[in-house]
Amino acid sequence: MTEWLERHVPKMVLAPSFAAILVFVYGFIAWTAWVSLTRSRLLPKYEIEGLIQYERLFASPRFDTAMVNLFIFGTLFIIISMVLGLLIAILLDQKIRTEGVLRTIYLYPMALSMIVTGTAWKWIMNPGLGIEKMVRDWGFENFSFDWVIDPDMAIYAVVIAGVWQASGFVMALFLAGLRSVDGEIIKAAQVDGIPNWRIYSAIIIPSMAPIFLSAFIVLAHLAIKSFDLVIALTGGGPGYATDLPATYMYAMAFSRGDIGQAASSAMVMMAVVFAIIVPYLYSELRTKHD
Amino acid sequence: MKTSVFAAVSAIAITCAMPAVAEPQAEVLHWWTSGGEAKSVAVLQQEFADNGGTWTDMPVAGGGGDAAMTALRARVLSGNAPTAVQLKGPAIQEWYEEGVLADISAVAEAEGWADVLPASIAGHMMCEGTWCAAPVNVHRVDWIWANADVLEANGIAMPSTWDEFNAAADKLAAAGITPLAHGGQAWQDATVFEAVALGILGADGFKKAFVDLDMDTLKSDGMVAVFDQMRKMRGYVDDNFSGRDWNLATAMVMNGEAAFQIMGDWAKGEFLAAGKAPGEDFLCASVPGDGFLYNVDSFAMFNVDGDDKKAGQDLLSKLIVGQNFQKVFNLNKGSIPARVDVALDDFDSCAHLSAKDMSESSDNGSLLPSYAHGMALRGAQSGAITDVVTAHFNSDMSSADAVNMLADAVANSM
Repeated sequence: MTEWLERHVPKMVLAPSFAAILVFVYGFIAWTAWVSLTRSRLLPKYEIEGLIQYERLFASPRFDTAMVNLFIFGTLFIIISMVLGLLIAILLDQKIRTEGVLRTIYLYPMALSMIVTGTAWKWIMNPGLGIEKMVRDWGFENFSFDWVIDPDMAIYAVVIAGVWQASGFVMALFLAGLRSVDGEIIKAAQVDGIPNWRIYSAIIIPSMAPIFLSAFIVLAHLAIKSFDLVIALTGGGPGYATDLPATYMYAMAFSRGDIGQAASSAMVMMAVVFAIIVPYLYSELRTKHD
Repeated sequence: MKTSVFAAVSAIAITCAMPAVAEPQAEVLHWWTSGGEAKSVAVLQQEFADNGGTWTDMPVAGGGGDAAMTALRARVLSGNAPTAVQLKGPAIQEWYEEGVLADISAVAEAEGWADVLPASIAGHMMCEGTWCAAPVNVHRVDWIWANADVLEANGIAMPSTWDEFNAAADKLAAAGITPLAHGGQAWQDATVFEAVALGILGADGFKKAFVDLDMDTLKSDGMVAVFDQMRKMRGYVDDNFSGRDWNLATAMVMNGEAAFQIMGDWAKGEFLAAGKAPGEDFLCASVPGDGFLYNVDSFAMFNVDGDDKKAGQDLLSKLIVGQNFQKVFNLNKGSIPARVDVALDDFDSCAHLSAKDMSESSDNGSLLPSYAHGMALRGAQSGAITDVVTAHFNSDMSSADAVNMLADAVANSM
């Protein structure tokens, strides 16, 4: 009996969550895929009509803008957050006295929700309230920083707010990575008289490759599902200049009663996520089998 | 002992099963949750209770009704629709097509709604010949609000053509006053756009373009002229307009920072709440051009089971269109009654103007639904138009490009 229990209890404990994931994740993905092939408007319908929703989606200039924005935002957000996070981590790694305080300060933005970040930066970057007004009041009359109201630059304003939020977290990841490098190797290098920057670029950073990968994955999924930041910071505006696929999907599903269109954009978003996650999973699983 | 319990239980059971004494029950889904609106709903709630009904309030705030519509969808899909839902315009027909709306023709005919409601507004309340919704109010959308002192100081009269408006705006801009208070949100861009379109295309053109979605009108030179005027309007707006809420724009007119605002008559509520008097501190007029764009709130009745709920529906419909509620509610909300036979003695001068224009435009066929506020078109089509309008307003797109994009977007949304 105990033997039977030992063998089966883990399965029984896991079964409910397994079933829940099967239904609520994969089941609903399948449902969305089905609905994306129909002409559903206000309520879901189930007669398959072919790829009409995808044709509409790719003919829509607004979705074009959303995909381009996702690309710009995603690339810049990931690269700048990683570079900045690594830089701060290296600077903090110099055995400075107040490291604990500084680390907390840099990590704090992560404790805020994106809505708070977005709202705060909306005011900071508003030309009539924030930085532009402040610098002009100092006497630099020609200073201009109006990205948030400029349709061509607004997406970069979103990047600034996103980077501010996430780079502290990336710093914490990298700091942990830096500390995990074997101290003996570093000491050996120092004895050999190798300069500090060479130690970082040739020894420490290469040995942190897995940390880079996890940071990348975390940031990439933050970027793709990014929704609240845009809603709070620009509301998708000016016009729809800062729309992302997630805000597009929300508008279609909940404001416009166009569920089919929303489902097809959700499927495209999922395809983007898969394009990033699948190679990662593949490499992870392969190394496990070695 | 046992028998008495049994008797009590069966007595309760019998009482519950007696349909003859059905007490009116209504579960009402709405998104009137902010100050003045909540007060307006409380009026209806009180009246319903005074007539022996039990009101179950189901307010869902957020997203200008988006959240409430999500809740409604969930309720309908689970087969448990609320008794009455705040719905408006083509959304009523959309839900009717899903086969979930109830027929309240009996009440409507007994109360003679057809005689007291303007024909085009009554049209929204009918689903294939039967009444399925009850109108609450009429908001006029094509208003232009102005600061009386600013206009007087600059020697400007309320404009009656768009050329006059442009001349006045240039003069104000030269005097260092923002001519047009505006908030850069898509629906506000659309509100200005449809006011301009009504003025330039005329009532007929507006109807063809935004009710019938006539491709020739959407691509016409008139539409190019509308976008040209929108480009001018962009120049009359200050630099900080992005994302500004409409009531902040109203405040700019109030304190003299800006001269005009184009906004529905909910803006009047802001003026009145700040203690400003119509005709003295602020002026109201219809935007240049003929016609009347309305935004009518209404309650649609859903199919429900049980005589008590049906009785609730009938009572609710009767009260909503009743003289008393129409008056009290609209005094609170800043709109005018949907029925034309309500005495307007307690209303202000702007409401009088609105009521007069409504009956006139109803007679000559220029009483039209507002596209920007979801009265003229279904969500997908009106959203597609708004996308183009807001993209044009917030960039340097040419009017010709905008017109082409408009036609493509409308075709793509079908």
